[in-house]
Amino acid sequence: MDVMPKWADVILVPVISLLLAMAISALVILLIGEDPVAALKMMVQGALGSSYGWGYTLYYATNFIFTGLAVAVAYHASMFNIGGEGQATLGGLGVAIVCLAVPWPHWALALPAAMIGGALFGAAWAAIPAWLQARRGSHIVITTIMFNFIGAALLNYVLVNVMRPEGSMDPATANFPPATHLPTLHELLAPIGINFSKSAPANVSFLIALVACVAVWLLLWRTRFGFEIRAFGRSESGAVYAGISPFKIIMGAMLISGALAGLMAINNVMGEAERLVMNSVEGAGFIGIAVALMGRSHPLGVLIAAILFGFLYQGGAELALWTSIPRDLIVVIQGLVILFTGALDNMVRMPIERVFLALRRRRTEG
Amino acid sequence: MTLMRSILGAAAGLALTAGAVMADPAIIFDLGGKFDKSFNESAFTGAQRWAEETGGKFREIEMQSEAQREQALRRLAESGSNPIVMTGFAFGNVLEQVAPDYPDTDFVIIDAVVDLPNVRSVVFSEQEGSYLVGMMAAEASKTGTVGFIGGMDIPLIRKFACGYAQGVMAVNPDANVIVNMTGTTPAAWNDPVKGSELTQAQISQGADVIYAAAGGTGVGVLQAAADANILSIGVDSNQNHMHPGKVLTSMVKRVDNAVEKAFKDGPGMDSGMMVMGLSNGGVAYALDEYNDSLIKPEWKASVDAAAAKIASGELTVHDYMSDNTCPVINF
Repeated sequence: MDVMPKWADVILVPVISLLLAMAISALVILLIGEDPVAALKMMVQGALGSSYGWGYTLYYATNFIFTGLAVAVAYHASMFNIGGEGQATLGGLGVAIVCLAVPWPHWALALPAAMIGGALFGAAWAAIPAWLQARRGSHIVITTIMFNFIGAALLNYVLVNVMRPEGSMDPATANFPPATHLPTLHELLAPIGINFSKSAPANVSFLIALVACVAVWLLLWRTRFGFEIRAFGRSESGAVYAGISPFKIIMGAMLISGALAGLMAINNVMGEAERLVMNSVEGAGFIGIAVALMGRSHPLGVLIAAILFGFLYQGGAELALWTSIPRDLIVVIQGLVILFTGALDNMVRMPIERVFLALRRRRTEG
Repeated sequence: MTLMRSILGAAAGLALTAGAVMADPAIIFDLGGKFDKSFNESAFTGAQRWAEETGGKFREIEMQSEAQREQALRRLAESGSNPIVMTGFAFGNVLEQVAPDYPDTDFVIIDAVVDLPNVRSVVFSEQEGSYLVGMMAAEASKTGTVGFIGGMDIPLIRKFACGYAQGVMAVNPDANVIVNMTGTTPAAWNDPVKGSELTQAQISQGADVIYAAAGGTGVGVLQAAADANILSIGVDSNQNHMHPGKVLTSMVKRVDNAVEKAFKDGPGMDSGMMVMGLSNGGVAYALDEYNDSLIKPEWKASVDAAAAKIASGELTVHDYMSDNTCPVINF
């Protein structure tokens, strides 16, 4: 029997965690002599107050949805995939190769091919740690985090020595041809009369991310393989007894996870930069862990948490741009939110559970 | 969470619209931060010097992510900042797209070339300055092995390393130059711990002079070298004072001068390419009270002679960027 009603579990606990994180952030801002109310206003205004702000918030959120879903799928198989960063890096390489190698006539053709490229490269980068876990028992946390560094080194080598245009100082690929440029939300919404900001980077990948949320939900809760993943994640011995192959589940879950992380590249590489730069992922792979934790590994939760983190990123950027609050403090604020919603979840959850238990006892007694 | 969002949305409606008009200059610091004791800090020094001399104010922004580059540029241009100076080659591609949209704003980019009518591109001949400190290193080395520690393995840093190695070889053709890069992510520009580990590794291979071209990572290199009682060479800013008597010299890249000049010239400045080399004081080796006891007069004479030859064009130092190869070391 559940201790708490569902709404308390899904809404009340995260909201209280968030409020606690905001309260401590406000204290920190007060300590360095700035006005926390003005800071919050600026964050909200900067991230959600205009279609420009929304464009950035949704752009960041799109990255976090993909990496968050990646972590969530693996998590259901009780695999902790910390390699989203490296898988997304390699996904970027896959997308770049697809966009540069073929003279695409139209983005609508280039996008599916780029998705396949990104997903394949991401999945391939997850496959080695997955195989090592499934066959050799090498812990997935250790191997995936190591593969992040190998991925960064590989990309560094490829960009400096192979894909850099002649004479360019910048370690990056050539610009993708204009036909592969994805339409931004501005171009998508203009025909239906909504004037969305032109300069914001949010693009059609956001819709792909929403589709990915639905697809992951269908996979986990409406297919046999999803059921096997969840059964395996709850109890490995139980799953084996039921005839589920651990090798198949570990490989399958990790390949899907890596493919989702690799798909992120259609947003940051193809949609925003329109070329592959060295530092394209920028920690989104790690933010994905926080997003999945906060979203309780449910696609809807991941979506909402990703938008929250998009808000924190964009709002934080506005703070850094327009106030004297140093950028390190913005990292502190983001860290506090992760700490409270992810790591210190039980600190809030247990007292609330106790309150609900007491309420119920009184009801049954009375 | 949905509740949270509607609260935030309501607050957004109440919030003030930002953005007062200003005509102050602005500077954008690249990832790595303003106080890296190196490249960005040198730019900051130049901006501050301008502010002290003229009493003017300037706006500054430190980058946190790649997507912010365009954001910061556009927001500064839209809010009326002019001119806008940015440090680092990574802005090149973004500036190419942004600058045409703001024809009345002057942009200055350091370390990259953007060929547009309202952009001034400032590039430094780092290979020339590195050549001179390489000569110094070879003169000062007793073991015949000298080290180079770069930030990331990117063309710009190879340019430093290649100039340095050429200088070393010019003095001692049999010298051994050890080249190491700190990392493969931007964290490599600000990782003093890794810098000091690499320094110790190079010392154990016999290096007794080590040149750091790695931003904030160099702080760790200089520290570890001083602790091990060998010599180090600083970069970008004059770092001789950090460990008096232990830093042989610094390859000074006068980013500060470039920034100060840009601020001074103000809106309507000359655009085009500005090459800062030995001939116009853009790069130099640093000599001050902290290292003059380390440098023998005959070393100084031979280095100065080489500097004069490079400035006059009699001696050319191979630029790695010109053909992506280096005659003396393989990457």
